[in-house]
Amino acid sequence: MTLITASAALTATSDTLSVTSARLPAEFVDLEQFSKWIIESQDARYEMRLASSMDEMQSLYDMVLARMPDILEYCNTFELDDMPDDAHNLMLLTYSFIQASFSVEAWKQQRVPDSGAAYISCTNEPRI
Amino acid sequence: MPHFAKPAEGSWTEHYPGLGTGPVSYEDTISREYFEKEQQAVFFKAWLNIGRVEQLPRAGSYFTRELAWANRSLLIVNGTDGEVRAFHNICRHRGNKLVWNDYPNEETSGNCRQFTCKYHAWSYALNGDCNVVQQESEFFDIDKETLGLVSVPCDVWEGFIFINLDKEPAQTLTEFLGEMGTGLAGYPFGEMTQKWTHVSEINANWKLFIDGFVEFYHAPVLHQRQATAEEAAKLLKYGYEGLDYSLMSPHSSESAWGGMSPPKDPSMVKPSENAVRSGLFGPWDAPGVVHELPPGVNRTKSRVWGTDSFLMYPNFMILIWERQWYLTYHYWPVAENKHIFEVSCYFVPPKTAAQRIAQEMAVVSMKEYALQDANTLEATQTMLATRVVTHFHLNDQEVMCRHHHAVVRENVRAWETGTPVSYPWINAPASTNV
Repeated sequence: MTLITASAALTATSDTLSVTSARLPAEFVDLEQFSKWIIESQDARYEMRLASSMDEMQSLYDMVLARMPDILEYCNTFELDDMPDDAHNLMLLTYSFIQASFSVEAWKQQRVPDSGAAYISCTNEPRI
Repeated sequence: MPHFAKPAEGSWTEHYPGLGTGPVSYEDTISREYFEKEQQAVFFKAWLNIGRVEQLPRAGSYFTRELAWANRSLLIVNGTDGEVRAFHNICRHRGNKLVWNDYPNEETSGNCRQFTCKYHAWSYALNGDCNVVQQESEFFDIDKETLGLVSVPCDVWEGFIFINLDKEPAQTLTEFLGEMGTGLAGYPFGEMTQKWTHVSEINANWKLFIDGFVEFYHAPVLHQRQATAEEAAKLLKYGYEGLDYSLMSPHSSESAWGGMSPPKDPSMVKPSENAVRSGLFGPWDAPGVVHELPPGVNRTKSRVWGTDSFLMYPNFMILIWERQWYLTYHYWPVAENKHIFEVSCYFVPPKTAAQRIAQEMAVVSMKEYALQDANTLEATQTMLATRVVTHFHLNDQEVMCRHHHAVVRENVRAWETGTPVSYPWINAPASTNV
């Protein structure tokens, strides 16, 4: 009984979170659906690309491309080293757009053609 | 009909008499025996770049480099006198690795006042002197003066840290770099501190990847899908011609055109590139830190110049881009059919979000191209190893491939025979053309 209550409470909490936990600035609520692409590291973004369908990436690509002028204008209003979390998340989403753009525009598939088992790891990237 | 002028001899290759124009043996990429000689003759003799001064910002800053191929671990440190020194990373007491964290084979970095061995607390000053021998009176006839860290020849050129595994290098770093070094001096590498590094283990000989990066003959073919369809067709029809090839043996350089950043017409590039104003040639909006190029960069002073590739023998390349950023390649040998490839991209730190996003595009573009190149190499390595075909035709746009193999071969020959290295294609006047 106690367990069920606890689990119900957890569900309630996560429901509340899903309603209130917008990860992007309010102006970009239309991009909130791509929040799984808010990823800190370049390698992890590449992994997400390999693990996603082309339809998903096409949709990310189309939506972010259309909003790019707004994204640049919005993010440019902040100092890079003093960016609010939601603006930083928007930057990360833009980096994921860059990943997806190669699949959508160039390769028509997730991975680089003929790249086989070849893998290049990003061992160092700037914090900002 | 060439688009760009070639030397009076009619070709870049024949401009260097003695380099030859015939098919080249690629036995040097598949033979274990040759690989082992190459290690000694090339990698244990040449100056090798192992980092940048930005990795050592203060007195006491240090980093370690694990050179697995050489079975060496090095400790590089910025001294209290501002001098960068390199040491073998071994304690003089009983041989423990002096500086490491958690895993002895992993590289580390930090800042300290002195180095203290984890095992018995022998300590060393930043200049390598042995400061403290724990319970010194227990030892017999010990003289700390003679127990400093074992130093490795180390010098800095334009912020690039070089070491030499030869205790007594035949040349100073300045002599070694020669015209290549003076030609690039003054480029604002030090302003470009925003850095990405990518690493890959490649199942191919280290020279094969250098081959792939010192000719752009492959670019319109292998990389055609990275351009828009119309642009790709045009590029394929033109083929590729370099603006300039200069052999400064053992080093060499190529100057290449590139008019895509920004393109004359937005339809020439992909929509994403237009959106973030960036691509393979870098962010379209240059940071404005280059006021005058040093003489070695864009040697022909071409208006269509895009990038220069500098191959510093044996395994280090710098690419300087017209849009004021640079990247480096390192190729570390592992076996005759394997090497570790490292690429680092360096930009002026971004001031705006748009600049940062443009950098991301340039870096990811580089990686996409490199992935295409990398896997092609494995296909090449396995077929070369069959020895079904042993000699290969290299065209005039592949003169740096021909040259690099010839330079390595000459160094192996000199080492084997105990005779001086000589590069007859450089030393002989053109009139003695053979």
